[in-house]
Amino acid sequence: MRTGERPKGVIRWITTTNHKDIGTLYLVLAFILFFVGGSMALVIRTELFAPGLQWVDPDFFNQMSTLHGLIMIFGFLMPSFVGLANWQIPMMIGAPDMALPRMNNLSFWILPFAFLLLASTLFIEGPAPNFGWTLYPPLSTTYGPDSTDFLIFSIHLMGISSIMGAINIIATILNLRAPGMSLIKMPIFVWTWLITAFLLIAVMPVLAGSVTMMLMDRHFGTSFFNAGGGGDPVLFQHLFWFFGHPEVYILILPAFGVISEILPTFSRKKLFGRTSMIYAVGCIALLSFLVWAHHMFTVGMPVAGELFFMYTTMLIAVPTGVKVFNWVATLYRGSITFEPPMLFALAFILLFTIGGFSGLMLAMVPADFQYHDTYFVVAHFHYVLVPGAVFALFAAIYYWLPKWTGRLYNMHIARWHFWLSFLAVNLLFFPMHFLGLAGMPRRIADYALQFAEFNRMASIGGFTFGIAQLLFIVVVIQCILRGPRTTSRVWEGSHGLEWTLPSPAPYHSFAIPPKIE
Amino acid sequence: MFLCSSLAQAAYRLDLSPGVTEVSRKIYTLHHMVLWICIAIGIVVFSVMFYALVKHRKKAGARAAEFHENIWVEIGWMVVPLLILVALAIPATKTLLFMHDTEESELSVKITGYQWKWKYDYMGDNFGFFSELSTPQEAIQGKKEKGEHYLLEVNHPLVLPVHQKIRLLVTSNDVIHSWWVPAFGVKQDAIPGFINEAWIKIEKPGTYRGQCAELCGRGHAFMPIVVVAKTATDYQKWLSEQKLASLTIDLSSRTLEWLQREGKAIYEKNCMTCHQGTGEGVPGAFPALKGGRVATGPIKQHIQTVLWGVEGTAMQAFKEQLNDVELAAVITYERNAWGNDVRVQHNKTEPLVQPADIQSYLKKQ
Repeated sequence: MRTGERPKGVIRWITTTNHKDIGTLYLVLAFILFFVGGSMALVIRTELFAPGLQWVDPDFFNQMSTLHGLIMIFGFLMPSFVGLANWQIPMMIGAPDMALPRMNNLSFWILPFAFLLLASTLFIEGPAPNFGWTLYPPLSTTYGPDSTDFLIFSIHLMGISSIMGAINIIATILNLRAPGMSLIKMPIFVWTWLITAFLLIAVMPVLAGSVTMMLMDRHFGTSFFNAGGGGDPVLFQHLFWFFGHPEVYILILPAFGVISEILPTFSRKKLFGRTSMIYAVGCIALLSFLVWAHHMFTVGMPVAGELFFMYTTMLIAVPTGVKVFNWVATLYRGSITFEPPMLFALAFILLFTIGGFSGLMLAMVPADFQYHDTYFVVAHFHYVLVPGAVFALFAAIYYWLPKWTGRLYNMHIARWHFWLSFLAVNLLFFPMHFLGLAGMPRRIADYALQFAEFNRMASIGGFTFGIAQLLFIVVVIQCILRGPRTTSRVWEGSHGLEWTLPSPAPYHSFAIPPKIE
Repeated sequence: MFLCSSLAQAAYRLDLSPGVTEVSRKIYTLHHMVLWICIAIGIVVFSVMFYALVKHRKKAGARAAEFHENIWVEIGWMVVPLLILVALAIPATKTLLFMHDTEESELSVKITGYQWKWKYDYMGDNFGFFSELSTPQEAIQGKKEKGEHYLLEVNHPLVLPVHQKIRLLVTSNDVIHSWWVPAFGVKQDAIPGFINEAWIKIEKPGTYRGQCAELCGRGHAFMPIVVVAKTATDYQKWLSEQKLASLTIDLSSRTLEWLQREGKAIYEKNCMTCHQGTGEGVPGAFPALKGGRVATGPIKQHIQTVLWGVEGTAMQAFKEQLNDVELAAVITYERNAWGNDVRVQHNKTEPLVQPADIQSYLKKQ
């Protein structure tokens, strides 16, 4: 179809093969699911506001924590960064669109159905999945509710979608770069996505295979994970975390890319150690395949296994440290301003590093015997994912939104959004470190009296954080509808090909490839 | 220290407890070492960052410098962290090897996780018991005041001697659980079909509390662990008392009222989580007992279901968990509660089960 003839209304969105339309669809779906998953978190925080069972049945509590985890990871974080990739990669490498536009359409449109299938588990007879997002058998096989099968097929669909998205991203990056843009000259956000896409292709099939084995155990008489039939429940944990650990880097590497784009812009200074930043991301990605068993130090592994996984896990601190040090060196002797994207990026460095520290603590096997499966772990991964990945996402949207819409947003409300989120996220997750150290296990619907104070604090933080996110929606909608027009460069210190395009960017980004010197 | 003083129990804590075993103290030291190293690195990195944020603001007139690479600086901040990591790995490795040394234990206790209670078997003494939450339902529902050890109290605590190396054999009967007592520095997953080993050597008599650490279903929050550590002589005394008590169970016939009353209490502890107080179960997950096929059907099938469980479902086998009197009571309760007595009569089967019935059923097996 030629430009100008594209259908209007709903049909446009269903049939679109345009990278910007599809990017928008991904982001819209992601934020709808962000609020769905967030509401589930608030159900959890409401029940945990005080000791005793006040609001929900413990089984429903387990359903909420399971669906919260699945929706936030597969429904919010992954699609939102794929949305960013769709919008930005063609613009940043000087391409007109993604390399495989029709597959792009398919990989998005599978997702709404995957999540309808997942959400349907709440409405069919019997409980929704209630065994945690980690799906450990036998709780999820022999003891799993009927709805587990819906969950399994929903994960299959998400996996197909992710793999197609990743193939598309790799094909685009390897084939559609503007003449003269060698791999090493490529923007760092594109680099992080290239590596992430390879991770996705490597591990999503492992997850799909593991849940298929669950399905076989549940219905077709196999005993992969059942000791009674010669299998081993721990085998599932190995398979799951072989997917699961690279998965957390799938969530965080594009975030690293975003931060590495934003800091130079608002420090008006080049990224420090660009090449070593790329190598660091590559190292982290490779190491992520060698650390999975650090999620399961208490399952009764031989001591040699525990030592191996402790050492490899500790090694990850080196490339991660390089990234943080390079970011700080980028700031050093810059000319810094504090626009909303920069605020979120700075908070990312500060709070992600705290999450990194607790990660290093968790790597120490003997200490992990005390931290494992407590709120200390909950604090750790929420620090790397919420003020980590989610803040990077806000930073990215605040950074590129004027390019997408051609309009500026209300900086004042955006700053409020930042400060409220920053305070609330710490009130929400910092006390969880103390709860874990004091001995509160994770995933419990009710707790002993000495945990009451910090749980109350966390709940108040949770609700504040939830409300603060409504401001974000206000900012985005106001920007789209009524924001003042902006220039093509938008930010004083902006750098890179996307800022050479007019704002809003044309429907087919670069019809003629730009020349890179 | 504060673990022994009962007053401090309800007060909040910010840090790990040093505990009462050599392992837990080693962990505590390691935890503090890595914590302080992280804090120190954090202070250095964040100071530089905040210095830049204050000094190098555009508003303060800062002009951006040109530098963006320095190979020696970068090598430096790869090598220094690496050295710090090596310094951390050495004590961590030593502690880990120490923790794995289960040789030369003097006593073995088998710990079995059940949904949602623990079973303790004293391996050398051929005796064991179940240990389950003793906090009343009313306290959980907020109808009664919550006691000091709310959710951290059990009917039969695990009793262990101090100053003896005790080997723990941890396994599970159904799903994965995890046996965790922070004061001992022991957390070991209980995996159905496999046996994990851990060991403890408690240094001080006292009461130590912990919880199941692995999500194990609806009652995950409600399966605490309480260990009472006694001196060797007190422990021996306790042991002989327990052995004696387990031999003497009165198997004589009871009245319907007695069985119903006792049965209700047993039902609330063992069955209610799934089948609900109303006997209506959870549709699609746990079948209803009210008017149910088994609870109002032939008595033999009812006994069989409760004693042996139902393969491939969440229904456990209660033969090892309850004694014959308790089994008779809970079956009688189920056959008479929620209007089931009418159905039982209509189906022309027995409403009452005596301990002797259980024994004769078992003999025929």
